[in-house]
Amino acid sequence: MVMTATVPLLVETLFPNGISHYLLGGILIGLGTAVIYLGTAIPAGASTFLESTLSYVSKLSRFQQPKFIASRDWRVVFTLGIVAGAAGYSLIAGDFGWTTEVQPWRLFLGGILIGVGTRLGKGCTSGHGVCGVGSGSSTSIANVAVFMIVAVGVAQLVMALGVSP
Amino acid sequence: MSAQKDHEQHPLFLPLIFVGGLIFGAGLAMSQMARPEVVLAFLQFSDLGLLFVMGGAAAVVGTTIFVASQSGRSAPLTGKRYARRLKSMDRNVMYGGTIFGVGWGLSGICPGAAYASLGIGNAAILYGIVGMFIGAYLQGYLREAKAESMSGQPAD
Repeated sequence: MVMTATVPLLVETLFPNGISHYLLGGILIGLGTAVIYLGTAIPAGASTFLESTLSYVSKLSRFQQPKFIASRDWRVVFTLGIVAGAAGYSLIAGDFGWTTEVQPWRLFLGGILIGVGTRLGKGCTSGHGVCGVGSGSSTSIANVAVFMIVAVGVAQLVMALGVSP
Repeated sequence: MSAQKDHEQHPLFLPLIFVGGLIFGAGLAMSQMARPEVVLAFLQFSDLGLLFVMGGAAAVVGTTIFVASQSGRSAPLTGKRYARRLKSMDRNVMYGGTIFGVGWGLSGICPGAAYASLGIGNAAILYGIVGMFIGAYLQGYLREAKAESMSGQPAD
């Protein structure tokens, strides 16, 4: 009796907005990656786009590496696809135009750190988190564990300091 | 010397990448991971739904990569052999993960979700995207400067 009453309550506390749209959205993210992988054998991550796109405008040899030159065109197409797919979904769902209330300085400073961290660490939430973890790569699992723990700590600290939104 | 482009091999390469991106972006919008608030709610433990987003995506991709790489076949559009995504481990993976984590925890954004966030009409995300480009440039600039100063010194 106690169990049957506690479990739904626990689910409601941990997942106040339900789980179905999270799970279905995650499966779609996985399918998009799987379609590209099955067609091309490329485990596509989202963050290499930053450096490969810089290769169009920067002469730094760091960005002029063959791997960036060779992939920069399709990475632009991939990113445009992500933008268009999200736009299409939100237009159909009727919530296009939703705007974050998280303060600009947090987005900007966070963005800079993410830009440094993802490139130094060889991947992001999709490269390490989806493709790497999905590959059972110990490097990716370690990277994800580190960024997850650090991010929880920082987000809790920011909340404790009263920074909101 | 011109580098070979990945997409010169098959006319369907770029269309397929675009379709994959469309599905990927729709998933980010549907899961609401494109909203920084939802990511922050996860990191602050008020809604753990993001576990299902990342878990669902990794399960689909993990199964796909496992089955494809076991098959020993090659991809139709590139001729590349299916393989797992394995990167070498070094200190930078840990430093990078730490810096990434600080940025993710501060802002609630990550690269793919930020592109999708632009798609759902969230113009404010441009602060984050511009920041990411600055950060990516900065690390490239600093690493190159470091490599040059090291190669400039006589080895003894």
